[in-house]
Amino acid sequence: MLVLKNISKTFNHNTPYENKVFSHLSFKVNEGDFITIVGGNGAGKSTLLNIISGAIQADSGRIILNGKDISKVPEYKRAVFIGRVFQDPMLGTSPSMTIEENLSLALSRSNNISLKWGLNINKQKLFKSYLSNIPLGLEKRLKTKVSLLSGGQRQALTLIMATMKKPDILLLDEHTASLDPKTALLVNNMTEEIIKKNKITTLMVTHNLEHALKMGNRLIMMHNGRIIMDIKGEEKAAMDIPQLLDKFEQTQGEKFANDRVMLAR
Amino acid sequence: MWQNILLKSIEQGLVFGIMALGVFITFKILKCSDLTVDGSFPLGAAVAASLIVGGCNPFFATFIALLSGAIAGLITGILNTKAKISDLLSGILTMTSLYSINLRIMGKPNIPLLNKPTIFSIVESTLEKIPGFPLKYMYLILFLIIAFGVKFLLDALLNTQLGFALRATGDNPQMIRSQGVNTNLTKVMGLSLSNALISFAGALVAQYQGFADVSMGIGTIIAGLASVIIGNALFGERSIFISTAAVLFGSIIYRSSISLVLSLRLAQASDLKLLTSIVVIIALTAPEFQKVLNKNSKGGCKHAGVEKHIKNL
Repeated sequence: MLVLKNISKTFNHNTPYENKVFSHLSFKVNEGDFITIVGGNGAGKSTLLNIISGAIQADSGRIILNGKDISKVPEYKRAVFIGRVFQDPMLGTSPSMTIEENLSLALSRSNNISLKWGLNINKQKLFKSYLSNIPLGLEKRLKTKVSLLSGGQRQALTLIMATMKKPDILLLDEHTASLDPKTALLVNNMTEEIIKKNKITTLMVTHNLEHALKMGNRLIMMHNGRIIMDIKGEEKAAMDIPQLLDKFEQTQGEKFANDRVMLAR
Repeated sequence: MWQNILLKSIEQGLVFGIMALGVFITFKILKCSDLTVDGSFPLGAAVAASLIVGGCNPFFATFIALLSGAIAGLITGILNTKAKISDLLSGILTMTSLYSINLRIMGKPNIPLLNKPTIFSIVESTLEKIPGFPLKYMYLILFLIIAFGVKFLLDALLNTQLGFALRATGDNPQMIRSQGVNTNLTKVMGLSLSNALISFAGALVAQYQGFADVSMGIGTIIAGLASVIIGNALFGERSIFISTAAVLFGSIIYRSSISLVLSLRLAQASDLKLLTSIVVIIALTAPEFQKVLNKNSKGGCKHAGVEKHIKNL
């Protein structure tokens, strides 16, 4: 359902800092796929998500979602069918607005520029029921400003906002990387539950190989802007972390090792 | 005498408070430094005064003044979002152009309105027929109704979906884009709305003081900022309702302190711009001093982000 065709992207074209991230990258995401994406720093994982969401425009190539070419559609219009959670908990919510006001923005994702009241009793009831599904006690704090929440609470909120209206694609960019292990686990469980329940097609970038193997039905490994491994189903289920690392070394002839990956083991 | 000074200060505080609400929209809601203010305030005065002198109905003239401000804000917004000129420079460009435009509109640097019908003279002649109406307080009552009317309308707007989108645009543009909002559009809308209010205030002030002057805009932005900051410091910003009320009260306090300084002959009228700037500088640096004074307090300044933003001016 999501097809990337011949995507090329170079940053700082024709300068000494020229950085060719993708050259003719193509790949296909099937309906209902939950893909985990791993790879070293600079492999192009985040750029890939940014190109899909429209935050970055590709130099050439086409992005086709459900048969429609969206390559030229601006970011805010793609947002109607693409949900996102960023690595930085500060990016996903509006800090000086309350929890319910943030949720209201997500609920009316495609028609935010209207003069209807932002909140009403029905919406507040709905938000309460959404929030009471997660054990963070946020349902009692609807009128709290988001700036007073912890990083984990904000990520949980952002995740709810991104999936409140079922998106065609959900993009998760290391969304638990800056959380403490306990909260990361909670947000990860929440992520799996929401994705499974709503059957949302998802791309999740992670540096945590354990998460990458445990979660999702398909795993992609990237290196220097290329997809060097793409496994799914039973093949993925049979894989463990040492094998994954070995496989990387085989294809690359170099160690897939940086501090973050090693620590994540 | 003191009673009269107080009355005048409150009247001025309220009518300039409408301008300060406009400044509040750009500086606090959009978190964008818009300097169009110094041009759009006299623009409102120029448009209203010229139309009234030309025989136009004062209410209609005031409405056209409001629209002219919206257009000025629209131009700043387009320069900023489409031409990608920084918000600061876009505002300065519009402001500078408006100086010439205002002179063109007025045809001369000063238009007196003394014997012309204004919205106030019309209201006054109606109220005169009511026996026992305290005409002395007419301006106070009118400005209370207008300023708080604008405040409540603004409160309502900021609680609609559009209002939420405007607030999020200033707060976290990346987030609101990923919720499907065109932040360029919301920014232009916010700037238009802000400058519409500022021109509206300019039109009212011209009719209140009995003239429009091409140089009456100088320092408007600083006066507006001073009101916003004073109100914010005294009443906080727990909610939109409180923040907008704080702006109006901040404006009243600002005008009262100026009247006080002048009537005690502590300064001349020509020193006012300097004094105002000093007040704003003190208000902006106070959090830093506070931090030095109580090193142990962790979050010394709750609004550090915004203050820092204004400082980036």
